[in-house]
Amino acid sequence: MPALWRSTFVLVMVLLAISRPSLASQPTGNGTEHTITTLPIVIWKWEGIKFPYLVALWILVSWLCKLVFQLNPGLTRVIPESGLLICIGWVLGGIIYGADKVQTFRLQPFTFFFYLLPQIVLDAGYSMPNKLFFGNLGAILVYAVIGTCWNAATLGLALWGCWLGGAMGNIDTGLLQLLLFGSLIAAVDPVAVIAVFEEVHVNEVLYILVFGESLLNDGVTVVLFNVFDAFVSLGGGQIDAVEIIKGIISFFVVAVGGSLVGVVFALLISLLTRCTKNIQIIEPGFIFVLGYLSYLTAEMLSLSAILSCTFCGVCCQKYINANMDERSVSTVRYTMKVFANGSETIIFVFLGISAIDPSLWVWNTAFILLTLLFIFVFRFIGVFLLTWILNQYRLVPLDFIDQLVMGYGGLRGAVAYGLVLLLDENKFKEKTLMVSTTLIVVYFTVMLQGITMKPLVTWLKVKRAAVTERTLAEKIQNRTFDHMLVAIEDISGQIGDNYMRDKWNNFEERWLYWLLMTPIARKSCDPIFNIFHNLNIKDATSYVNEGERRGSLAFVRNESKADVDFNKKFGDDLSEMRPYIMTENMGPDHVPVSSILRDSVPSVCLDMHEQDLKMRESEDFDAHHLLQQHLYKGRKQHRHKYSRKQLEVNEDEHEVQEIFQRTMRSRLESFKSAKMGVAPPKISKHLKKDQPQKMPNGKSTDNSKSHTYGDEDFEFSEGDSASGCEAAGGSFPMRAYRGAGIVNPAFMAEMDTMDPMPPMQQIPSWLAEAEVDSSTVVPSQRAQLRLPWTPSNLRRLAPLRLSTHSNDSFVLADSPATQEGISELPPPPPPKDGQDQGTHK
Amino acid sequence: MGTTNSTLSKIPNVEELMQETGFTPAHIVRLYDRFEALDKEKTGLLRPQDFGAINRLAMNPIGDRIIGAFFSPGQETVDFHSFVRILAHFRPADKKRPKDPSMPEPVNSRTSKLKFAFQLYDQDKDGKISRAELLQVLRSMLEMQVTEEQLESIADRTIQEADLDKDDAISFEEFRKSLEKVNIDHKMSIRFLR
Repeated sequence: MPALWRSTFVLVMVLLAISRPSLASQPTGNGTEHTITTLPIVIWKWEGIKFPYLVALWILVSWLCKLVFQLNPGLTRVIPESGLLICIGWVLGGIIYGADKVQTFRLQPFTFFFYLLPQIVLDAGYSMPNKLFFGNLGAILVYAVIGTCWNAATLGLALWGCWLGGAMGNIDTGLLQLLLFGSLIAAVDPVAVIAVFEEVHVNEVLYILVFGESLLNDGVTVVLFNVFDAFVSLGGGQIDAVEIIKGIISFFVVAVGGSLVGVVFALLISLLTRCTKNIQIIEPGFIFVLGYLSYLTAEMLSLSAILSCTFCGVCCQKYINANMDERSVSTVRYTMKVFANGSETIIFVFLGISAIDPSLWVWNTAFILLTLLFIFVFRFIGVFLLTWILNQYRLVPLDFIDQLVMGYGGLRGAVAYGLVLLLDENKFKEKTLMVSTTLIVVYFTVMLQGITMKPLVTWLKVKRAAVTERTLAEKIQNRTFDHMLVAIEDISGQIGDNYMRDKWNNFEERWLYWLLMTPIARKSCDPIFNIFHNLNIKDATSYVNEGERRGSLAFVRNESKADVDFNKKFGDDLSEMRPYIMTENMGPDHVPVSSILRDSVPSVCLDMHEQDLKMRESEDFDAHHLLQQHLYKGRKQHRHKYSRKQLEVNEDEHEVQEIFQRTMRSRLESFKSAKMGVAPPKISKHLKKDQPQKMPNGKSTDNSKSHTYGDEDFEFSEGDSASGCEAAGGSFPMRAYRGAGIVNPAFMAEMDTMDPMPPMQQIPSWLAEAEVDSSTVVPSQRAQLRLPWTPSNLRRLAPLRLSTHSNDSFVLADSPATQEGISELPPPPPPKDGQDQGTHK
Repeated sequence: MGTTNSTLSKIPNVEELMQETGFTPAHIVRLYDRFEALDKEKTGLLRPQDFGAINRLAMNPIGDRIIGAFFSPGQETVDFHSFVRILAHFRPADKKRPKDPSMPEPVNSRTSKLKFAFQLYDQDKDGKISRAELLQVLRSMLEMQVTEEQLESIADRTIQEADLDKDDAISFEEFRKSLEKVNIDHKMSIRFLR
């Protein structure tokens, strides 16, 4: 706690130091320019730099506040961060006021709506869980549209009733003005709500309902506000039925139109990211610029900017994540969070600072208390009413406790404050009262409801979000469930949600993917495959970590055993030669290569001959390729080169990775032999991959707690054609250098695998040696104990290595150059194409 | 109400059926209409071809398996009662109805829902999902997007995840364990015929 105050104090001192000169330097500022008598070495140029400097300083100060809180985790556990930020805003504001005797800094509506809000909305849209959102879209829309209108109307009417009854004394207002006030304060604020709900981890349906509602109803409330604002301007006498109908129409046009603008921009972004492969560095920038433009465009067309930005984020996320490079995606993700979180912090601090200003405050106890009461009560009534209607149609009804939490989660926030400041004082006599009431409402809801939310959720035993580790089985099963439900709906002859979802999925796969995704991304967008890929990566990482932790993953540069990831290798050395059509055309059928050998075509024959040649001179080749592979490059100068366009100038990176791969490989190899106590099976086995090879590996009571399965059927890569692939791949560079034609590594690899020749010739040196080695290894107890990781995990690792000619995205993405390489090459002779397809699975 | 009653009277043992499946008379009537619409030959029995005539079902990757689930082994046809009983698997579980311990487990309980899903995989009815069976399902659901090898490693991994007794196949117990965290009632229910 003392640390907190000390740092706060320092902040404030810094602030004052800045704000004082700003006032003091004004008279002297002009003087310096005229009265130069001698060349000044350094001059004090505060005036010119004042504005941007203050902005930057304020951002710094706000963020430092956040930092200060995070040093006191005990504090944030009790009071939500948003509340704390407001508190510190009060303190800062008090100090500024004390120093300046006037509140110099205030949150201006323009700043709020154009510089602070857009990134929050865009981030919320972009990180929206899409499936949940669209799955509950109906409910969310009901809450956001009808709920907001309900809140606005009831509050306005109730206040009007009380005003007519004379409860508020004598204030100058009227029905329309109160309705306007109701509409601006109706919206639940996403920033405040998310800040609170994220901390309490409620279940996902409740979360998406509150989140979606708060996001969309911001848009709705702005629209409502504009409509009522126009009504107030028109004045009570002018309003007839036509105007009211116009108002309703305008409401829908603005809301729907805004959403459409967002969708259009989402399409634009997706299309754009299709072709930004070559400018990866600014690729993420497009997302932000276009997202911001979607906001501004909607604003320009006087459509709902918030809705536009939200839908832009929601709709484009899937496609841009698939289109862009992985690194760009994480850049976008993090930058988005930086912006959103940053402006959130600034908003709350300024909400606090703005309050410390006597000119802002008019106290009317009845009005303020009644507003608080009505907001609270009508929110609950609205939620219960709407939920009751929705529950008639929902498959999974919302239970009573969920409703309570939803009602209680009606936090108001900065949007209301921004809107109330927009009120025109000439038309709206009681603006000051409205502003102070809004501030009170915001403080009350954010502080009190925010603080009590967590205990309430615990006390009511609200279903929390289950922390699930997504497994492949779950993913596959979910997919099966989807198909099953659609089928059952078809059979029972009804058109339900599942039917609609299925239709949409078909449409999306057929048209949208084609339109919005790069061909490569389209291939890898299957969720089951993705989760598989991610799990593999996770295993690989944990394997390495575990190995490093035990200190046994040293770099073993055993040449004869080492192996190389040739996908990587080719990417480096042969990018211009590698025809990548292969991976694209891999069909499911597997034609024996021998048949292709017979009717082979000249161009391929050339390769074939070379292959034979290579077989005969294998030692020579081995030696050569050993050199080729294992001579590490010296450190290059350009390691330190700076480039604006390219991050990855460091080619040694590949080498490091290569070394890593090699080490992994030899590790795996030695673990296996140690563990099994048997020689790895012969290469010739790889055709039988339908039966997983069961290895007798004694009592494998491994100490890995989480992975208790799959010990017996530890199967390493020799069980698959990949090893053959590696065998050929190892010596491939040599071949490629000799043959000037197009050489297809993958094709070659397959040839080797299936080649009817005696297998020993194709066995690469490392594997051959491994066999000899491991046959001599006695599987000692100690060896087993020292295994850094269990075979089951190695096996889980294996698929990643196995699919060396996979077409998954990251392999492709890693070698963008190859794509271009293709177009420069003469088109391969057609028969070869045929073979490609045939040979490859 | 008149039509409802007249339709109901056509169905034998309708009371029992409603008791067993938990469907309301309105549901039964809707389903009966649907059944008759599917039953082109008016035999009172559905054959696999009748299901095959549903266009959209043909595009469903596991459509055949679902159709197969309607027919008990060795039988070529399904009557209305079995039809309704199968569909009752997909009725949301009702909390309001008091649990009667004397009654057998309702057909829309979690276990029987899972059993239904399980038998879609287990085509040879040996109580286990073998690697080959899983591979078949995966192949039909992933089709062209993934290579055969990747498919196989996905299948291997899936089995490893679930396989507790290391017999390289997924038994029903293991199947249930692997889906412990999934809310089956949400995933395997249709907002039925409101």
